[in-house]
Amino acid sequence: MIGVSIHNSVTDRSSNTALEDNGPFETHIRAEAFSVLYGSSEAVKQVTCEIPAGQVTAIIGPSGCGKSTLLRAVNRMNDLIPGCSTRGRLLLDGENVYGPRIDVVELRRRVGMVFQKPNPFPKSVFDNVAYGPRLHGNHGRRRLHEIVERSLTRAALWDEVKDRLSDNALRLSGGQQQRLCIARALAVDPDVLLMDEPTSALDPRATTRIEDLIRELRGRYTIMIVTHNMQQAARVSDYTGFLYEGELVEFDVTKHLFTKPRQKQTEDYITGRFG
Amino acid sequence: MQLGTRKALDKAFSGLGIVSILLLVTALVVILGPIFVRGSRAFVFRGTVEYRRLMFEKYHRGRQESLESEMAEAARARQPVYDMIAAFEEELKGMSFAQRRRWRDSLDELKDLLRRLLGPFPGRKRPVVIREQYGETRWDRAQVTVHDVLFVESYDYSDATKMGTLVYAPRVEEFRGTSIEPLFSYVETHAREMLRPRRTFYWRFLFDESLDAHMFGGIWPEMLGTIYLAVGAMLFAVPLGVISAMYLAEYAGEGRAVSLLRTFISTLAGVPSIVFGLFGLAFFINTVHVSSSKSVLAGSLTLAVLILPTIIRASEEAIRAVPNTYREAALSLGASRLRTTLTVVLPAALPGVLTGIVISMGRAAGETAPIIFTAAVSVGRPLKVWQTLTQPTPALPWNICNLATEHAAQEEIVHVQYGMVLTLILVVLFLNVVAVALRARLSKKLKG
Repeated sequence: MIGVSIHNSVTDRSSNTALEDNGPFETHIRAEAFSVLYGSSEAVKQVTCEIPAGQVTAIIGPSGCGKSTLLRAVNRMNDLIPGCSTRGRLLLDGENVYGPRIDVVELRRRVGMVFQKPNPFPKSVFDNVAYGPRLHGNHGRRRLHEIVERSLTRAALWDEVKDRLSDNALRLSGGQQQRLCIARALAVDPDVLLMDEPTSALDPRATTRIEDLIRELRGRYTIMIVTHNMQQAARVSDYTGFLYEGELVEFDVTKHLFTKPRQKQTEDYITGRFG
Repeated sequence: MQLGTRKALDKAFSGLGIVSILLLVTALVVILGPIFVRGSRAFVFRGTVEYRRLMFEKYHRGRQESLESEMAEAARARQPVYDMIAAFEEELKGMSFAQRRRWRDSLDELKDLLRRLLGPFPGRKRPVVIREQYGETRWDRAQVTVHDVLFVESYDYSDATKMGTLVYAPRVEEFRGTSIEPLFSYVETHAREMLRPRRTFYWRFLFDESLDAHMFGGIWPEMLGTIYLAVGAMLFAVPLGVISAMYLAEYAGEGRAVSLLRTFISTLAGVPSIVFGLFGLAFFINTVHVSSSKSVLAGSLTLAVLILPTIIRASEEAIRAVPNTYREAALSLGASRLRTTLTVVLPAALPGVLTGIVISMGRAAGETAPIIFTAAVSVGRPLKVWQTLTQPTPALPWNICNLATEHAAQEEIVHVQYGMVLTLILVVLFLNVVAVALRARLSKKLKG
């Protein structure tokens, strides 16, 4: 219902354009003087930026700078926090996420989310992935099985779990659990995937697998990833925004931001002088 | 603090813990041990031929031929007793009126005791009251009655400074020099032949209706009543309690009104159960008229109100303990709050919720005060399910109390009383074990 036309105009979202290709882009998410407030304190201040469709955008910054808050504003997960409010506009496909006509359930179906700690439900692998589709009215056995297989394949987990779909998801390793969570998010066929420090609870090998996966998903989904790890941002993202004390200090092509930062603060942060 | 001191303190503390646990276990053994021993006597005892006759005549159990031959044997052993009494009565006829008066009361008392021991005299009309139709059915009771036959209880007041002391005088002294004198030594030596005690395992104690107000038979109506009351209470309390807990934990937030509500619920959990009993009578029966007088329905409702706070609190704790990450995951997939609660939070909280439910079911089964005015009667038949809406029922906790305080032949049925206590304890214990097992199983399932 919302902004379908803009959707379709995104040219060939599945093509895996090279990371170097940073020409003019389709805007998928646009923040216009967007602020998030907890009570009266501003966690995100007047952020204005454009998140490109089908590409990976990293948001970096020191702890407590508001990057998770900004991320969670996109699928309105902040609604759950008492006293949280927003100002300005946050547009997804041209429609204000905080507008009066938005259906939060539909919004969250279109904007998937992966959390810091792997959080599979204490159910079977199959039921975890099928949770979302069931929620949105898919109950046929065959249809569900198709979705589960496709989602797990996209999350690069199918081969590892295809024989243990009925096992409890909590028996998987941490890295597998996180990929399962990604598969679960993909199962409802979102356009946008939000990742809130998805590898911070994982060991280096599992981290590498998730990063590979993010590169594979690039092009098919618009990905926003919040990370502490600047190397990670450099490795996986096309665009990077540097957030400091709630303000978006700099937003640029990742390569440029890390090699030729325009702001002093950005340079200090990426060279490790603070944060 | 010095390392040595710290270690010593640590040791002292863990020692204290072990000691207190040992004390607890000892207390449990001391309390439960005798109950188990005495309660088991309702199930395992030496049954006499009278017991087997009762079982055959009232419950149609046992084989007729073997019973008849056994009865014949017993009758042979009893015959001398009846012969001696008949001879003595003959002897009395030849005496003067004054002499006859001297013996009459003593003889009547003796005959009563013998009737209690052996059942009605042969050739007499069958008595109407069931307890008069049979002699002693249990050997332990028979031994007491034999003692009563042999000795007369009296009190010695010779020392005026002290209370009277109980003395047992041989009854035979009353009849010294008469033709009935040998009866006493005969009863003493031939009690076994007359009653033929045999080891009996009466497991049907649980499933038999009682006869003549618990003089004989089992406790099925009480058990069934307890089950009805507990299950009925669950039917009302569980949905209400879990929904309330869901609301308090997931929806209510942290306002002043809500914290006040929580305080009310906690207070309610501490209200004495007799207050709930009176409330049940005043509200459910006298005001709402769920039934015209006591009924299982009214009792269940009262018990439900009693255990509601416990269920709410246990469930709320369990729901709160569910990690927020589950909620976030479900919400981020587009689940509504209700859907999240029902499909993710509640299943994850289930072990805790179920533990609370089963434990309060144990409480509902064991409570006496709330059902005194609302549901319990001392004697009754087992109810059909639909009868629970309008009719009262006997129930274990109330009947334990009733047998101990109001039963006419309280001393003779101590074994029934202990049997009920044991059964009630086992029922509650069983429910608690179920709770633990269920919790372990579900937690394992949830943890993978």
